[in-house]
Order: sequence, then structure tokens, then C-alpha cells
Amino acid sequence: MNTAPLLAVDGLGKAFDGLVANRDISFVVHHGEIIGLIGPNGAGKTTLFNCLAGFHTPTTGRIAFEGHDITGSTPESAAALGIARTFQIVRVFQSMTALENVMVGAMLRNKRVSEARERAEDELAFVGLSHRADTPASDLTVSEQKRLEVARALATEPKLILLDEVMAGLNPTEVREASALVHRIHQRGIASIIVEHVMEGIMPIAHRMLVLDYGAKIADGTPAEIAENPAVIAAYLGE
Amino acid sequence: MTTGTNVSRKMAGTAALLALAAVLPLAVTEPSQQNFLILILMGAQMGVAWNIVGGYAGQVSLGHAVFYGIGAYTSTMLLLTLGLTPWIGALAGGLVAAAFALAMGWPCFRLKGHYFAMATIAVAEIMQILVTNSDALEGAVGLYLPMDQSGWGVLIFLSKLPYYYVILGLLVLTVLVSWAIERSHIGYYFRAIKDEPEAARALGVSLTRYKLIALTVSAFLTAMGGSFYAQKEMFIDPGSVFAGTISIKIALIAILGGVGRLTGPVLGAVILITIEEYSRTLFGSTGSGTDMIIYAAMIILVAVFSPSGVLGLLGDLRRHLPGAKPAEVETSAKEIRP
Repeated sequence: MNTAPLLAVDGLGKAFDGLVANRDISFVVHHGEIIGLIGPNGAGKTTLFNCLAGFHTPTTGRIAFEGHDITGSTPESAAALGIARTFQIVRVFQSMTALENVMVGAMLRNKRVSEARERAEDELAFVGLSHRADTPASDLTVSEQKRLEVARALATEPKLILLDEVMAGLNPTEVREASALVHRIHQRGIASIIVEHVMEGIMPIAHRMLVLDYGAKIADGTPAEIAENPAVIAAYLGE
Repeated sequence: MTTGTNVSRKMAGTAALLALAAVLPLAVTEPSQQNFLILILMGAQMGVAWNIVGGYAGQVSLGHAVFYGIGAYTSTMLLLTLGLTPWIGALAGGLVAAAFALAMGWPCFRLKGHYFAMATIAVAEIMQILVTNSDALEGAVGLYLPMDQSGWGVLIFLSKLPYYYVILGLLVLTVLVSWAIERSHIGYYFRAIKDEPEAARALGVSLTRYKLIALTVSAFLTAMGGSFYAQKEMFIDPGSVFAGTISIKIALIAILGGVGRLTGPVLGAVILITIEEYSRTLFGSTGSGTDMIIYAAMIILVAVFSPSGVLGLLGDLRRHLPGAKPAEVETSAKEIRP
């Protein structure tokens, strides 16, 4: 039925006034896959996310989602097609409660407030924040705000979710919980690309890892293959 | 959940307030005092209308006089040239202002924050100059409404009382529209755009579309307020309806009371108009320009002491009062739960 991969990135490049943040990146993501996206600081991971989610227009290359060219689409049309994202620096709606934050996400598919509320309650329960539903989002801890962003993204009923460092700054217990959450997202049939520095969080659950360095893809394989890849070791530890 | 009782309490409060407003002129019979009440209702109506775009959606317009003036001039011109009743004239004024808002918002919303506010000032100033130099609109001379007619058809009255009820009705309409927006998905989107525009886009919210909705609805209601002004004063000129001071006053009423809340602009109007009228009687004609001094002082006070307005200040007080329930945090978010 689905002959085309969920996401196909071909020769993607992005330059800002001559500074090349992404160069010639190609990869595919299949339905329901968990992809880990790693690389040293400044490797271009967030730029790649911004291109996929419509926040940046790529300088070169093309992006296809379910076989349709979406290169240079807007964030709102990317969301409508089924690409959801979280932000590296959390961007919750401060003046709203946790539940209302998620309701805004749910409204993409259903504009009726009462139905959006039901949907949002389900997603809050999914990420384990039901008890904080009526708390103003600004009063949540950073860890809770990150989970809130995940719930908000899931409420848009995506086929692909881009998670930008959802495990950063979490304690070991919270990292395990976050890994379990990503696995449950996978069980719902939603593919995810996860930018992460926390290796013990991402390595056990990722089906495949992409490694970026200086804006280019230097490796693409299973977590076990990546861990032994000389180019990856060199990128992280230096030659 | 206490939200159910909260809502019924709020509804009862609103009904009581409305009943009070309806019978108030029976107690206040002095025309000058009735006029004072009318001025408060006019201020509240423009503040509530401004709040839709400036409060909920967070797009601060400092050029709302342009819509006020369009409303006043459209209904007046239709009455003078075609003899059209202001009931329809005000709706026509609203439509013209809404169309103008679409045309103006399209380029202006490409600017963010302060730059958007500056663009709205420029648009309003340009409009005032254009009207001042327009022969068809009698330029700086202004327009007089027919003095020889009166009644509900032409919406011109010899006493203050009918004006009071007309503006009360317009205020109720404006509040109802605002309330309906607040409770619908549009209200949620407005607040999302105000808080985190990029995150809103990632959730599929078109910034341009929803900002334009906010400005257009706000412009429509503001223009109807302008039409009412013309009917009440029976004379308009560019200086009285297109002036920059009107724009400032409209925004200040909402900001002073508390933006993004339904009741904020009403409270702001009561405070601002009261101060304005008292200073007018105090300084008399020597005090022309005192209104600007007062506006400036208000802006400084609000900016320094309570950016969330008087409502925000009251909320803070309530929280710090001994015996206050800490869980009962009054957020604007909480108020819109059904």
C-alpha cells in the first residue's frame, strides 16, 4: 500500500549567508520508525529539523513526504500533512493551562472546543501529565514542559514527530521514562526523529541512527554499527 | 471541579451588572451625568473591540482611530447623501472598516511587535491627512448631521436617554462577539499566537489568517462605535474621529483595565473616562491637552507598576491577601473554561 517511504530527503542543503549548516544530506524514514539524529554541537541537527518542519526553506535538494514534494512548505502546511515537532528551547503557551496548550494542537483536526478538550485529555494522560491539566503551563517544571510539548505535538495526529532534545537536563529516571514514551509513540504507528545528546536514552530504542558532522551526514546505521563506526568516534573524540 | 459554579456565578454577576446598567438612568437623571455615563459606555465599547486584536491576539494597534473615523464618516455620508438610516449606515461603516482592515493588515502583519504598532500609527495619520484634504468629505470643515430631524429612524435624539440605551446595546453586542471568540477555537489560536507564534505555526495555525480575523472583527466593531459617536455629537471632522489621541485612548482603555480579559476594558473605561471628565471640569478650557498628559501618566504607571492592568493588580492583591486560597489562581485562561 505504502510504496513510498514516509519521508525521503534527497541532497538537502541549507546555507545562511554563506555559512553552510546542512550539506547534501540524504536519508529515508519509514512508517513508524524511530530514528536517532546525533552529532556534535553545531553539526546542523536543528537546522535539519527546521527544514523538515517547514521553518527553513532548503537551499538545495528536496524533501518528499509520503511521495509528495514538500520542499519549502510552510510550518502550518507541514503540520497539516502530519509532521509535528517540539522545540529545543521549550515554547509552551505561557498564559494557558497545560490542557489548553494541548487543545491548541488538537484543534488542527477538530475545531470544536469540547472535542478538542477530550482529545487533549487523552494526550495529557499519554505523557503522564493528567494531574497537571489545570496548572498554568508557566508553572510546570522544564521536564514537564517538554512532555507537554510532546503531548501538544501528538494532539495534531502526526505521522512523523520531530523531537528536539526532549531528554536534555533530565535525571536518569526521567530519561528512562522519556525513552519509554518514545517507544509508546512508536507503538501508535508514529515515526519519530529524535535529536539527542543523551546516548543512554536514544541508543536502546532507536531503530536507526543518523550522524551529522559539520552539516554533512557521516553515518547511517543501527545503533550498534554507529557505536563502532570510526568516523563517528573521530567526530566525537577528535582524530 | 468548581468551574460549573464559577460560570453560573459569573453569569449571575453579568446579569446583575446588566440590570443595574439598564435602570441606572432612572436614578441619574441630570443630562450632564447621563452624558458622563454614555462616555463611559463608549469608552468601554471601543476598549472591548480593541482588546480582540490588541489583547487576545497580542497585536498592538495604535491606529484604531482609522476604523473609528471610517465608521463615523461612512454612516454620516450615507445619511447625508442617500438619507440612509444610521442603523444600516453603521453596518456599512463596519463593512468598509473591515475591508480596510484586510487591506491594511496584509502588509502590516508582515511586521512584528513594535514595528506593527508603528505601521498602524502611520496608516491612521495618513488617513487623517487624506480626509482633511478631501473635498468630497468636506475636508477640515467636517460634516454636520441634520439638526431638523430626530427619532429612532435617523437615530438622532433631543434627550440623552435614548443614546444611553443605544450605546449600552452596542456594548453588549461587542462583549458578546468578544465572548464568543474567546470561547471558540479562534480565541485559543489568538492566545497561542500571542504567547508563542512559532509554536502556534508548528501546530498548524496560520498567523496571517488569524491575525487578519482579529483585526477585521475589531475594526468592524470599532467602526460601529465611530458611527455612534457621529450620531451623538451630530458633528464630525478629521480631528475628532481620526486623531492620534483617539487611537491612544482606545488602546489605553484596554491596557489600563487589563488586556486579554473580557472585563478589563470595561474597568479601564470607568477609570480613564472618570479621570478625564474630572480633569476637564477642573481645568476647563485652559486645560486643552491635559488629556494627553493624563494618557502619558497612565501609560507610565501601567508600564512600571502593573503591565497586566488594574485587573492584574487586583488579582495580585487577592493572592497576597491573608486567607486567600492559593489554588484559586486567577488566570485569564481559567476564566474561559465553560
